[in-house]
Amino acid sequence: MCIRDRVSTQSTWGFQESKDMMKVFQLSTRITRFTLLARVFSAGPPPLKMDFSEKVNTKEVTLKNPDKLKKMNICQAVNNAMDIALATIPKSYVFGEDVKFGGVFRCTVGLNEKYGTDRVFNTPLSEQGILGFSVGLAAAGCTPICEIQFGDYIFPAFDQFHNEVAKYRYRSAGLYNVGGITCRCSYGAVGHGGHYHSQAPEAHFMHTAGLTVVIPRSPIQAKGLLLGSIRSPDPIIFFEPKILYRMAEDMVPEEDYTLPIGKAEVLQEGKDITMIGYGASIRQLMMASKMAEEKGIKCEIIDLRTIIPYDIETIEKSVKKTGRLLITHEGPVTSGAGAEIAAKIQERCFLSLKAPIARVCGFDTPFPFVYEPFYLPNRFKIFESTLKLMEFQLKQYISIQSVSYTHLTLPTKAQVQISVVAVSLKKKPT
Amino acid sequence: LKQVVAKHAVRSLSSITVPLPDISVYRFEKNLFPQKAETNREEMLKYFKAMTFQRRIEIACDEIYKMKQARGFCHLMDGQEAVAVGIEAGITLQDYIITAYRCHGFMLGRGGTPEKILGEMMGKLNGVSKGKGGSMHMTSQKNRFFGGNGIVGAQIPIGTGLAYGIKYEEKKEVCVTLYGDGAANQGQLFEAANMAMLWKLPVIYVCENNGFAMGTSVARASANTNLYARLDLIPGARINGQHIYAVREAIKFAKEWCLSGKGPVCLELLTYRYHGHSMSDSGLTYRTREDIQKVRKERDPIMTVSYTHLTLPTKAQVQISVVAEPLKKK
Repeated sequence: MCIRDRVSTQSTWGFQESKDMMKVFQLSTRITRFTLLARVFSAGPPPLKMDFSEKVNTKEVTLKNPDKLKKMNICQAVNNAMDIALATIPKSYVFGEDVKFGGVFRCTVGLNEKYGTDRVFNTPLSEQGILGFSVGLAAAGCTPICEIQFGDYIFPAFDQFHNEVAKYRYRSAGLYNVGGITCRCSYGAVGHGGHYHSQAPEAHFMHTAGLTVVIPRSPIQAKGLLLGSIRSPDPIIFFEPKILYRMAEDMVPEEDYTLPIGKAEVLQEGKDITMIGYGASIRQLMMASKMAEEKGIKCEIIDLRTIIPYDIETIEKSVKKTGRLLITHEGPVTSGAGAEIAAKIQERCFLSLKAPIARVCGFDTPFPFVYEPFYLPNRFKIFESTLKLMEFQLKQYISIQSVSYTHLTLPTKAQVQISVVAVSLKKKPT
Repeated sequence: LKQVVAKHAVRSLSSITVPLPDISVYRFEKNLFPQKAETNREEMLKYFKAMTFQRRIEIACDEIYKMKQARGFCHLMDGQEAVAVGIEAGITLQDYIITAYRCHGFMLGRGGTPEKILGEMMGKLNGVSKGKGGSMHMTSQKNRFFGGNGIVGAQIPIGTGLAYGIKYEEKKEVCVTLYGDGAANQGQLFEAANMAMLWKLPVIYVCENNGFAMGTSVARASANTNLYARLDLIPGARINGQHIYAVREAIKFAKEWCLSGKGPVCLELLTYRYHGHSMSDSGLTYRTREDIQKVRKERDPIMTVSYTHLTLPTKAQVQISVVAEPLKKK
């Protein structure tokens, strides 16, 4: 309080005005006790116990040794994929900040020892440099697998992505291309990340024609999609949900297999509502669909996998079947992936829709430092939206279209009667 | 590296002369820099208390982070106290400071109290940024401390802009813009430095070189490890950042240089951090425990002041011990 009142020119380092040190200690214990109590409310109920482990989808990939499986989490799956890529593609390189000793998430463990510093090396702290360097390597015909340590730090490199990577093939009429680039980033909320370790920047890249963004949901998907991305003829940004790095575990095939880029996967069939998500949101969708099943609502869950260019056919087919659509992602709602898909679907399936398209996403604020559970789209918000969409059917008035075609052929008196009824129904409060 | 007061120095309680360690210069003449610092017992005690206080606060932040009372990311600067206290000692509260995310010490110097700093880390309303920023984004509007910035190197052009504002208003102030050895390779630094030299802005670029950018040593990240010499026409100097008087005198000199209209200055402070890069980094994968212990024994900033005090008359020694005990008891 003293330093606020005084206008002094010399710093006093704060401690002369602060209370006695013992009081500070007491205060900190009181804060601890209070926050322990407060955490009971802010943390929310414990998560549903669900097993999210998967098996390989045999419709998409045929394995040569389907029995040779190993338990891996996403870190190990990604590591395995890069190992296979470095072994099978001669001019491939893995580089980024701190990848040599294994990476801050341990995704590149053992690669430097196996393939040498010529192929697996550290770069200085310079994201724009990393991407520019990758563009050069790829234009010369190599396969750079660069790493941006956190998706939040991708913005210094955004110019290289937007203006170089995306336009290289276009502006040289295909004479040159940088299809060899695969940029791996960690992505999304992690529980305690704060402003700069939790962002979900995929929407910024959706707006750039020429880029491809891939987000896996599980170790099996991560390995297959990463190998697919590395071998794809297009430059791909591969976002790995960091909260699932250790949390997601599967029995992953040890062999070399690829999953298709540009195709969404239907995880669960349903007839009432289509739910689209990707990355860590899939878990929330599955838990929410379990909650909805208790109410008799059968949900169809689609994992988008490739965010841009997204698989509109699969989504369209599903929406035409169910009539309702809910999209969820961690990033802010305005102009996010949900906005684009919603606009496209209403263009194509307007008459099939039984309710407005719901987007359950983060708020339009910077990612918060505190109260993360309130910001993120969790299963409760998804469940609430689902109920709203289902209820919309009950409150909806009778479709005028089906009546008007019939009434044009009826005698005039009946026409007038129906118009009167239709008008009164229109005015009915929803 | 122990600075012992010269035997022939005046042994009065009122004034003590501390000889300063050697420096490297770039585009400067070495004799322009002061070679000794004038100080007295009160000042030494003040700095000793300030640095010990910072050390204890950092350890307290460590504890609350481990108890999960504070979330987000926590970057501690114990071992780098002389940088924070020394810079603050050389400038006034009218000058501006902007730094990267290792900012607890600077916050303390700019009006932060332990309650406010720990509150900010825990996301409480009484925190310095009202709980919105956390450990990385501590700010003080009244005392011209612009934080606390998470993205590496982003604060450098911002600091340059602040200096432009100062020059525009024709004030006799400087902006101290700090960055680390990792940010020394960011393009933003060179863009901003070019603008500063072009327009002769009153900005002091201070590179806190603690040897490691997270896990990468300076030698493995920078082609030119003389970080003070990398800003082309901007003159620079490499100072021992663990010696508080060296830091203080260097900053005072740099401030005079800027205010005389000669343009920006770059100071590289050689310092060290005992903790890892952040709380999730053990700090032992890229250096050994012996290295850290060695620095603690030989180059600890608090030791620098206390070794100087060992040669003071006994009364001062007793005073300092008396001060240290209750601070430790926190």
